[in-house]
Amino acid sequence: MDTFKAKILPAGETCLFVDFGEKIDMKINSLVQGLKRALTEKPFEGMRELVPTYRSLSVYFDPLTVDLKALNERLATELETVADVLDDEKTSASEIRVPVFFGGEFGPDLGDVAEHTKLTVEEVIKRYCESPLYCFMNGFTPGFPYLGGMDKSLETPRLKNPREFIPANSVAIGGAQAGAYSIASPGGWRIIGRVPYELYDPNRDPAVAIQAGMWVRFYPVDMARYKEIEEQAKAGTYKIEYGQRGAVA
Amino acid sequence: MKLTIQSPGPLTTVQDLGRWGWQAIGMPVSGAMDAPALVRGNILLGNPDGAAGLEMTMTGPTVSFDGDGAVAITGADLQPRINSTPVANWTVLNVKSGDVLSFAGACGKGFRAYLCVSGGVDVPPVMGSRSTYMKAKIGGLEGRKLAKDDVLMTGEGGSFVVGATCPENLRPDYSNAPLRTVLGPQDDYIKPEGIKTFFESEYKISSSSDRMGTRMEGDKLIEHVKGPDIVSDAIPMGAVQIPGQGLPIVMMADRQTTGGYVKIGVVHAIDVARLSQFMPGSSVRFTKITQEQGIEISKSEANMLNMLRAHVAQAHSRPAAPPVGAGGGHSQQQSGAMNIIVNGEKFFVTWERLS
Repeated sequence: MDTFKAKILPAGETCLFVDFGEKIDMKINSLVQGLKRALTEKPFEGMRELVPTYRSLSVYFDPLTVDLKALNERLATELETVADVLDDEKTSASEIRVPVFFGGEFGPDLGDVAEHTKLTVEEVIKRYCESPLYCFMNGFTPGFPYLGGMDKSLETPRLKNPREFIPANSVAIGGAQAGAYSIASPGGWRIIGRVPYELYDPNRDPAVAIQAGMWVRFYPVDMARYKEIEEQAKAGTYKIEYGQRGAVA
Repeated sequence: MKLTIQSPGPLTTVQDLGRWGWQAIGMPVSGAMDAPALVRGNILLGNPDGAAGLEMTMTGPTVSFDGDGAVAITGADLQPRINSTPVANWTVLNVKSGDVLSFAGACGKGFRAYLCVSGGVDVPPVMGSRSTYMKAKIGGLEGRKLAKDDVLMTGEGGSFVVGATCPENLRPDYSNAPLRTVLGPQDDYIKPEGIKTFFESEYKISSSSDRMGTRMEGDKLIEHVKGPDIVSDAIPMGAVQIPGQGLPIVMMADRQTTGGYVKIGVVHAIDVARLSQFMPGSSVRFTKITQEQGIEISKSEANMLNMLRAHVAQAHSRPAAPPVGAGGGHSQQQSGAMNIIVNGEKFFVTWERLS
């Protein structure tokens, strides 16, 4: 493993940031996830919440019960072994398979993406679905997944004038990143399709379908299958397709 | 007890202490802006610290009650009235069916007040919290600010003593003392002169501040070493972002979970609550503390809350004692209400002095 120098930084009286380096990078993000896993498996006294981002893990604690010195020592110790978790991550990473209806009124920018990338619509869909997408973090709005690893040939700049309304569950391209609008919101990413179920549903467990640290594989469905899944999701019988990475669905 | 909103005021929302535990999936925490005020109201009423109340702003709402119960109004003085008669803040008040609570409005010190009710406001919790987060339309009542004719029910109350009050020395500090700030996590992205500017400047609260962030205006700009953008990371409560224009934005209850601006420091939660009461145009400064000092401040706040709990317990042991600091001059309490348990059954009892 490459050497790295993680920093433990103060972030007010309730938080420490463990910063692995200012880069959008799989290895850095795997270390973030690895540390998160280590702390989740063996929480420290006063642990409140762990927030993984592209490049750091924010460790929130209760200032009334935390032993700050002990926590700093614990984090330093975890950082010595977090590499092993990274190796483990490679073999046991989870993957979500997500059905998408591409184009039409659900994907109004699919044609523009094809034109910009000089690919056919079919080729855009194929390359999008074959990209080894990885969810670096959730942010922006509840459940919005920031996905890295999109096929470089699909890069398309964001809209100059962001839309005021993008329907929930819209699948999108924003520059070099892929993503999906988890709730209806304004936004400037290119909308190419839609998922037939709620990517964010506060009354479901899990509330958020695509979570940080997961591999993501989109696959195309026709309108009949889209409607079918939509019905099942509404009835509460649809099961989100989680599995191990590389496993055959 | 049932609460009916006769007029909502400019911004009235249901809030508790926030939706903790979901920032990893991008869910903002939300919750009361002046959490120490909400907690004190709940302690007075014998509620759990995090029971939901109404966060009211500026001119406040008008609320009518069905059923008997108790309320406490804390935070900024919005000049509350029950049936047009002025009533005390920071005090357990008895309300009866048909009573109407209204406000004359903010009068200088702060503009957010909390209507705490015995049993708390009972809306369905979403992901463990009743806090309203308007952007995602969740929590509170249908995820929105309250409107005319909205109806809210209260939960089952604990025991309280009408007239019990939070002594002045146990109330939050609403002075304009500098905001105590721990440097980091990205203070090294700011030029040393910029750090100096940050702690030496007097800023004015911008009018474009909201539940998400408090923007500052000032003359001297803070310069970055490389620029204001970072690869996104988390935003704790009170984080002070320095975007490209070089002026601080303090991130408040409805802040997004992650963001891409340099964070010079983090304001202590107690001072974030105090800041939430500063009117646009008010002056504010920052002062440096260490993380350890920040933890000590949290502990002294916890200590104050424990003293208030002890004070309330004392009021229980002397139920007919005159209300402290309220009703000016009354030597004896004239009426009251309490929950009592007899043979395991719970009763709500109101009483009135006849002689």
